[in-house]
Amino acid sequence: MIDTLNHLPRPDADAAELADRFGDLAPPLNARQAALESARCLYCYDAPCINACPSEIDIPSFIRNINQENVQGAAQKILSANILGGSCARVCPTEILCQQACVRNNAQECAPVLIGLLQRYAVDNAQFSEHPFKRAPASGKRIAVVGAGPAGLSCAHRLALHGHEVVIFEAREKAGGLNEYGIAKYKLVDDFAQRELEFLLQVGGIEIRHGHRLGVDLSLSDLHQQFDSVFLAVGLAASRQLGLADEDGPGMLAATDYIRELRQAEDLSQLPLADRCIVLGAGNTAIDMAVQMSKLGAREVNLVYRRGFEAMGATGHEQDIAKANQVRLLTWAQPQQVLLNDQGQVCGMRFARTCLKHGRLQTTGETFELPADAIFKAIGQAFDGAALSDPLARELQRQGERIWVDAQMRTSIPGIYAGGDCTALDQDLTVQAVQHGKLAAEAIHSHLTLSVEVA
Amino acid sequence: MADLSIEFAGIKAPNPFWLASAPPTDKAYNVIRAFEAGWGGVVWKTLGEDPAAVNVSSRYSAHFGANREVMGINNIELITDRSLEINLREITQVKKDWPDRAMIVSLMVPCVEESWKAILPLVEATGCDGIELNFGCPHGMPERGMGAAVGQVPEYVEMVTRWCKTYCSLPVIVKLTPNITDVRLSARAAHRGGADAVSLINTVNSITSVDLERMVAYPTVGSQSTHGGYCGSAVKPIALNMVAEIARDPETRGLPICGIGGIGSWRDAAEFISLGCGAVQVCTAAMLHGFRIVEEMQDGLSRWMDSQGYERIEDFAGRAVGNTTDWKYLDINYKSIARIDQDACIGCGRCHIACEDTSHQAIASLAQADGTHKYEVIDDECVGCNLCQITCPVQDCIEMVAVDTGKPYLNWTQDPRNPYREEKAS
Repeated sequence: MIDTLNHLPRPDADAAELADRFGDLAPPLNARQAALESARCLYCYDAPCINACPSEIDIPSFIRNINQENVQGAAQKILSANILGGSCARVCPTEILCQQACVRNNAQECAPVLIGLLQRYAVDNAQFSEHPFKRAPASGKRIAVVGAGPAGLSCAHRLALHGHEVVIFEAREKAGGLNEYGIAKYKLVDDFAQRELEFLLQVGGIEIRHGHRLGVDLSLSDLHQQFDSVFLAVGLAASRQLGLADEDGPGMLAATDYIRELRQAEDLSQLPLADRCIVLGAGNTAIDMAVQMSKLGAREVNLVYRRGFEAMGATGHEQDIAKANQVRLLTWAQPQQVLLNDQGQVCGMRFARTCLKHGRLQTTGETFELPADAIFKAIGQAFDGAALSDPLARELQRQGERIWVDAQMRTSIPGIYAGGDCTALDQDLTVQAVQHGKLAAEAIHSHLTLSVEVA
Repeated sequence: MADLSIEFAGIKAPNPFWLASAPPTDKAYNVIRAFEAGWGGVVWKTLGEDPAAVNVSSRYSAHFGANREVMGINNIELITDRSLEINLREITQVKKDWPDRAMIVSLMVPCVEESWKAILPLVEATGCDGIELNFGCPHGMPERGMGAAVGQVPEYVEMVTRWCKTYCSLPVIVKLTPNITDVRLSARAAHRGGADAVSLINTVNSITSVDLERMVAYPTVGSQSTHGGYCGSAVKPIALNMVAEIARDPETRGLPICGIGGIGSWRDAAEFISLGCGAVQVCTAAMLHGFRIVEEMQDGLSRWMDSQGYERIEDFAGRAVGNTTDWKYLDINYKSIARIDQDACIGCGRCHIACEDTSHQAIASLAQADGTHKYEVIDDECVGCNLCQITCPVQDCIEMVAVDTGKPYLNWTQDPRNPYREEKAS
């Protein structure tokens, strides 16, 4: 499965014990907790939490519905703004979004309303006898969506609501994107991503074709010709490289590759375990990787970052999760050399100490070595250039390596839209991707409707 | 420490906190526990003629706040369901064992002179300190011509009070019902009948909620319901007003008042006393938390009195009565406007939307560069209604500030804009 780690041992703990360790990090609220917590919401006007939510969920309204024991109404309010409200409730960094903005997070109280958990309560406990959203009459328009991650699914659902037919092309076996393959297991447990997908597809009018990868057996030119519009939501498929020798050798792996395997594994005790491991990076993926390795039973987990804590992409909340799981956070150290043993397997890494000088990161000249059985790279994801290799795709205007889009998610080519992580717009967050998909769907719908009227 | 002892209508007690006539004072066991906890007195649960009343199940229901805090309780329990003989025996013994505490006995018998004449000597023989006439019970008993059925007819109130004064030498406290248009009429009637004091309010007619699945109101008895008596903190504002109405009525001025209705803290008690009460009665708060609450009530009241320089209850009793007046005597030239403390403001926008939608459009919402909003009072539009201050979730964030209008005191009876003014503005 993970070839470069196959030489490593397997966890001591059995499958049941490990499954337990990977249980819900933030357990759901029960009805009483939800009643108490929802009563804390002040029902603000022009609520700061709504402004802070990338998907513009009417938070005070759904919380008031929960408090009035109208869970279905609460869920529908959430889902009408964010059809993946269930997974966003679990994976959103609420501490830097809605809950940071909550007026009860002021200096006197420091206790924001637990919006994420309330959202989860509503979506999890709503029991809809049928899909709560109805489609508009068929428009006769067909739209291609590339990628069945949060952006693609959100776009597809909204397009379907407007009466369009949607075909989603997905490279992998399962739809869901990072919700299925990339989120730490303890944040999104069991098969929630698939259940959410099932719910979303209930709307009708959405077909998913698996095993199609843009740039391999799918070209943008063809899609552009065959469909009325195209929405690109291909994400960031490639992992960044360190640029060091031996970085693909035994014991080296991209963190996202391991997380994907871990999420798909039925028996966690069959996964390779690096008893001593190093995670390189400073984002939430790095934290996820380090914590998961620690939960599998690793004795020493070092997360190493070349700058200081304040520059880390991972939020304070995420850093606390790492510390609570015995992960050591080392800062101001930059990878210099992969150290191999006699068999050519990773046995450690040499780091150069760093510092800021005149605002620039520099090495101090001092180095140190850390022993490790495996090194996980979590230094960011990159755009997979191969996806945009056909003649039309090459014409797409880029911003850096990513696809340029305007505020309505239009690319430089009419009829082609893009959203989510593959674009340069906004932060790389699930909730942001959902919003992009929604906005793109609205833009596509307006455009197609307008064209009909003009014709 | 301040001296909390009182003498109310000739009845002495170590503190002004009495338990009202209700389930907590139903029998010796409860009353002894109450005295052990420190209550200054009790009004024993209402006695009636034998055979004793029979109660139903269930008996209580509540009106809850958003956090399940109890705003008010409704009950459909009748007067004591134990025999007169047992109650009298227990009262005698408890009074003997606790001589320093006020022991008041609540009574309700049919509205005929013979019934009162018969029961009063039996009660007096217990050694109790006074009697309270239950003219307020709003449920069950009025259907039998007792309780509120008497209290709602001032002539009956006067008549029964006079019988009691005739056949009994004890102080007579008349308990008044709030289920009446003007409580002063009942108080005046009690006063005319020779009452030594009034106590109020009894419970308010109510239904607390409805079970929407079973389509039956609360409290339920099987598949049915009936209206009950509402009490607890929700009725405090009603009680305070009725107390003040009687306290400032020239016809009843000086008549001792025992305050009842939603008292759960020392501050509640101090408020009732400031509006003219000489003692207070508590029930719902004790029913929710037990008798121990009297400890904090005593401690809090006595510390507050110390901080104000009041040595005895009478030092501040009735102090707020003089400032309670008719609307027509309010100063029409007084003006206050809202001031928002921007440092304390948390930006919830409630003041703005409340004023914008339902009042005077006097709070501007100013969008800030960072996406938040700043709320500012438009002084010229503000009428000083207090609504923004009421909806603001932050204590002391919005202050109502007096504005110097440069105009003298002027009330509506003097105001030139009043076509029926009584005198010219000076």
